[in-house]
Amino acid sequence: MERIELDYPARRQVFRRAHVGVVGSGDLEVLLEPVPGNRSRVLIRTSVDGFRDTWKAVLDRFFARYDGAVRIEINDAGATPGSVLLRLEQAVEVSES
Amino acid sequence: MSASALTRQSFIELSARERAATLFDPGTARELAGPFDRLESPWLALQGVTPQADDGCVVMKGRISARPAVVVALEGAFQGGSIGEVSGAKMTAALDLACADNERGVSTAAVLLLETGGVRLQEANLGLAAVAEVMASILALRKHAPVISVIAGTVGCFGGMSLAAGLSSYVVMTREARLGMNGPEVIEQESGIDEFDACDRALVWAINGGEQRYATGLVDALVEDDAQQFADAVGRFVVKGLPAHHRSSQVALYRDRIRALDPSQQWDPKILRATWKGGQV
Repeated sequence: MERIELDYPARRQVFRRAHVGVVGSGDLEVLLEPVPGNRSRVLIRTSVDGFRDTWKAVLDRFFARYDGAVRIEINDAGATPGSVLLRLEQAVEVSES
Repeated sequence: MSASALTRQSFIELSARERAATLFDPGTARELAGPFDRLESPWLALQGVTPQADDGCVVMKGRISARPAVVVALEGAFQGGSIGEVSGAKMTAALDLACADNERGVSTAAVLLLETGGVRLQEANLGLAAVAEVMASILALRKHAPVISVIAGTVGCFGGMSLAAGLSSYVVMTREARLGMNGPEVIEQESGIDEFDACDRALVWAINGGEQRYATGLVDALVEDDAQQFADAVGRFVVKGLPAHHRSSQVALYRDRIRALDPSQQWDPKILRATWKGGQV
């Protein structure tokens, strides 16, 4: 299991937290919570070691469009980058619905 | 009565959290000790396994058929729904709080959604201790209010948690689900393929499947994979209250049934149905 931490700038406040997904094979769990300030922090725990660059690329792409100030926790059981992005978008949808 | 595959809401395809929510009267359910409380296993990360924020155990309180009820749902997709120290403690605490409510005069039923291979091997003795605590709590609660176990599939209910199902006041199953102490793969590995061929799906379901468990009187309701049917069956048993006799209290009945079986011959599951029918609780 590998731990990865990433930071991104944020521009707006978020009001609702969201929890989506399950730590099942090929899937992941996302916990998204509002934080004060203008920084977002992502904490990843993944069962598959050695993919830091891929995680960073996926999160870079996500935060290129998302500007909420949040703390995101990801518990991953080997999800593909596509699944990770979908779960992140689902978490945003829940928090803003 | 079978709902159309197009109009029904599958129960098996739902996550543990969604399954639990569908059983309550609309708008009455609230989750206790949820993922943001981060009651996760302290042991998995030490062994290189990613933990889950709710440890694969969802607890919800609310009303079923207008009566207070608590639902504990195990998430089969996380570590096979296995019982660890934390998920076991959540289940035990939920049962004990329901018991305390009953003792205060607030009748509260418990529903266990068992989608589990049993004890979580990474947590070994702590998981075993959790199973013992869960069983003690079921026995305490079922003096006051029904404990209803639901086994929907596809994981099924095996190992220590099959004992929880056995102690329950009522058990609800689908044809797709399986219930047994040792899983087919375990029996094959321990006793050989001549004893039990775990690849023979027809054989596995003829022995462990919901239809057989229902026909031999070990299950009280056989439902289709339809969320409404699950909610109806659970609601019916909540309203019914305690059974006249709990299945697991009928020691003499089952001792006699087992004594009457001749172990020197291979029993056909269909013949067992005919032999064990009639003595149903």
